[in-house]
Amino acid sequence: MSKLVSYEKAAAEFDPVLGIEVHVELGTKTKMFDHAPNVFGEEPNTMVTPVSLGLPGTLPVVNKKAVEYAIKIGLALNCSIASSCRFARKNYFYPDIPKNFQTSQFDEPIAYDGYLDVELEDGAVFRVDIERAHMEEDAGKNTHVGGAAGRIQGAEYSLVDYNRAGVPLVEIVTRPITGCGDRAPEVAAAYVQTLRDIFRALEVSEARMERGNVRADINVSLRKTPEDKFGTRTETKNVNSFRAIDKAVRYEMRRQATVLLEGETVIQETRHWHEDTSSTSSGREKSDAEDYRYFPEPDLVPVCPSKEWIEQIRSSMPEMPAVRRKRLIAQWGISDVEMRDVINAGALDLIEATIKAGTSPQSARKWWMGEISRIARVQEISLEEVKVTPEQICELQSLIDEKKINDKIARSVLDSVIQGEGQPAQIVKDKGLEIVSDDGALEKAVDEALNSNPDVVESLKAGKMQAIGALMGPIMKATKGQADASRVREIIMEKINL
Amino acid sequence: MKDILKLSAYEMSQKLIAGELTSVELTQACLDRIAEVDGKVQAFLLVDEQGAMHTARLVDEKRARGEELPAFAGVPVAIKDNICVNGMKTTCASKMLENWVSPYDATVISKIKKEMMPIIGKTNMDEFAMGSSTEHSAFQRTCNPWDLDRIPGGSGGGSAAAVAAYMVPLALGSDTGGSIRQPGAVTGTVGAKPTYGRISRYGLVAMASSLDQIGPVARTVQDAAMLQSIIGGYDEYDSTSLQEDAYDVVRALEENTDLSKMRIGIVKELSGEGYDKGVRDTFDNILDILKERGANIIEVSCPSFEYALSAYYLIMPAEVSSNLARFDGVHYGARILPKEGPVTAETMMATTRGEAFGDEVKRRIILGTYALSSGHVDDYYMSAQRVRTLIQRDFEAAYKEVDVLLSPTSPVVAFKFGDKMNDPLAMYLNDIATIPANLAGIPGISIPAGLSQGLPVGLQVLAPAHKDARMYAVANEIEKILNPIWGGNILEQAPVLEGE
Repeated sequence: MSKLVSYEKAAAEFDPVLGIEVHVELGTKTKMFDHAPNVFGEEPNTMVTPVSLGLPGTLPVVNKKAVEYAIKIGLALNCSIASSCRFARKNYFYPDIPKNFQTSQFDEPIAYDGYLDVELEDGAVFRVDIERAHMEEDAGKNTHVGGAAGRIQGAEYSLVDYNRAGVPLVEIVTRPITGCGDRAPEVAAAYVQTLRDIFRALEVSEARMERGNVRADINVSLRKTPEDKFGTRTETKNVNSFRAIDKAVRYEMRRQATVLLEGETVIQETRHWHEDTSSTSSGREKSDAEDYRYFPEPDLVPVCPSKEWIEQIRSSMPEMPAVRRKRLIAQWGISDVEMRDVINAGALDLIEATIKAGTSPQSARKWWMGEISRIARVQEISLEEVKVTPEQICELQSLIDEKKINDKIARSVLDSVIQGEGQPAQIVKDKGLEIVSDDGALEKAVDEALNSNPDVVESLKAGKMQAIGALMGPIMKATKGQADASRVREIIMEKINL
Repeated sequence: MKDILKLSAYEMSQKLIAGELTSVELTQACLDRIAEVDGKVQAFLLVDEQGAMHTARLVDEKRARGEELPAFAGVPVAIKDNICVNGMKTTCASKMLENWVSPYDATVISKIKKEMMPIIGKTNMDEFAMGSSTEHSAFQRTCNPWDLDRIPGGSGGGSAAAVAAYMVPLALGSDTGGSIRQPGAVTGTVGAKPTYGRISRYGLVAMASSLDQIGPVARTVQDAAMLQSIIGGYDEYDSTSLQEDAYDVVRALEENTDLSKMRIGIVKELSGEGYDKGVRDTFDNILDILKERGANIIEVSCPSFEYALSAYYLIMPAEVSSNLARFDGVHYGARILPKEGPVTAETMMATTRGEAFGDEVKRRIILGTYALSSGHVDDYYMSAQRVRTLIQRDFEAAYKEVDVLLSPTSPVVAFKFGDKMNDPLAMYLNDIATIPANLAGIPGISIPAGLSQGLPVGLQVLAPAHKDARMYAVANEIEKILNPIWGGNILEQAPVLEGE
């Protein structure tokens, strides 16, 4: 294929249609159909029971908590909840599925016919129609050893880990998403991000993309105009970050546009996403004739959530992220863009908790988005993993507000807190870090500074107020950084009669 | 043969409780009997002498100390080899699982162990429970103790023959289309398939999930009821299991059931065409006896039964094709690599399945795969499910008129080995009277009904779903009527296996 056409050209020449399937691993204590613990990162094949291994004679039993979580997700996506639904078997041979069929919902999903309003960068709202949300179990994980780049081709042998097999999943399938035009990449990424935020708010999943808790398969097709019927689609599998989703849609639009502009036809197939090159490559060809031989799972009775139960779940639903965000934007008096930064930093809950503890929104945000974010970046950990609590930040800020310490001292106190040296007020007391506001001591330090910097004094007299900065260093040094900077300023002004 | 082996399991338990017999004596007697006759019968695939004797000794010690023990503690039992026993081979009579040792107990086995019944061993069967003659076992063929040249029925021929030949008083079987009742009929034993869900299927290697049911094999109705009460009951590991009283079947036998107050139905479609004359005559003879005793016999019609066999042979293989997909050489059991060409996961799976499954298993997998394939699933699988609903309705309608239904269990007596091996359709016809109960999920029991050509004929009693107690009560009353006529248990008339 020749060089890909530009994105602008692709978007100008064609109308993209998206279809997105998102899998979310539910954070239940046990697996979808058995008692094995649902945990990540343990030694291979240790988090299994005879059921998760699909041993002869074993039977599945539905995890009620997983059903509850699926209903929560359905309700959050404005879906109808089925009064009765069934599991089906999806039959296919692959070493990572213990039974050689996946227990999934086929024609009877637990939730169907919903929608999700997705807010884009500029505040525009795009509605994505949801066809269904259904329950299923995850597969195990194959590791191919000896071949290049962990691929099965050329591998000497393959290892199978069934720890993930049977982990509860909810798959959310959109209806064809039309009308997004050149904003298709943004819509796709924002949709998945909105879902991720909902999963977290519902506390049904840790929803960590990097761990594969949330996985997106992105279908893209192009047509000449919105009046034409849908073009042939490709499905890019397992795209694992919001940025990658944006890029994958962008790439597929360019690739398909190039194919179509050359008069060729797009092949219906799955495609692999390559993070390193930001491109996709052909996977296996997938035709609609692929035969999974679905039939109702005879080992499970139908799932029939009662009206009462559904209503009980509905009434216990937390505030949805979009609503909460709007409320907080107003309460905190910040912009949409600032809010997005807070969310991206993972600071929303922490800031809210700090405000709840008694800090002003502005100060709370400053701490978490400033100093603590910096520390997290340096240590390469998440904000939540920084060893300081919202209550401690609140205490620290109070010390500043009461003028007992200044910002600089506060930062060193924060370091001490993180080192586990104790509570902020105690640390200030123990180390004698309180601000020196005793005018006698300050005047002495100012005098010394003025005397040893006559040129600065000249500049000040000439009206160059910024020169005052040059005096602050020696003064702070003389007072071990504990001088009240504003009081120092006042004293300097008095001394040179300005 | 020791006389104690001729006792019913209930009588054995009474003697154990009374201290007139020890479990070690009883278990040893079973083991001796196996050593004596199983070379001819070949009912067992595995005999666990050590394990059984260990349990027997434990029971005797506890009893000697005066500890309270479960009713059947110390009474030996054999297990069909498709039921998982921790630490014991579970082969399903297939090369696929030839050396597979189960790492867990089936729920029924946990209950057997809790009851402290010595597990004597694993019995032979048709491979993965597919067949009506136990000729499809990959390892050996079990012979009918009434005539060693004849089949012991299938798929549970091993369990039936073991009980019929007095090697063990009780055994467990599994019944998907008649695999407990049909072997019961042709060996002169009692075999019951409870209401679907009364006994947990957890640990039973699935053949067709919606049809399979574990059940007791015994020599008396009472023993069968006792064994069902021990292994039955709700199980959280089987979501199709029912929350029902497991012991009601035993209590039902203690109450006097007056057959003259029962409405007894005869299914027109289950006693005419396709049934041997000898079988029909034996059945008619029973009806005459029952009529003499004042039973109210009513003929009912179940027109959908005409399609039962066809529906069964679509639903069962469909589920088989999916249930047996896990036998692929990947994580347990046989793994056979291709002799030519590249070794990939696919070629390894295909070779393993091609070589380790027998013909009948492969036949059904292929049938089922076809029946579920897109483009055919509506015509075959879904239509069969609709027939299944019609059969359920036929039963419901019949049970508005009658309390139980009677029929011969099998259309023929035990046939000779090889007679139907090359004619799968003829083989399938053996289950024509037992299949409707599996499709409808209702309970059915086979008890000896008499002899034809010197071979046992089975009488099937069917009751409405959940009415297992009624089924046992009626079977028990009929047994009470028949035993005096035969001068005791009909098995006493079996040609003696010893001393030959």
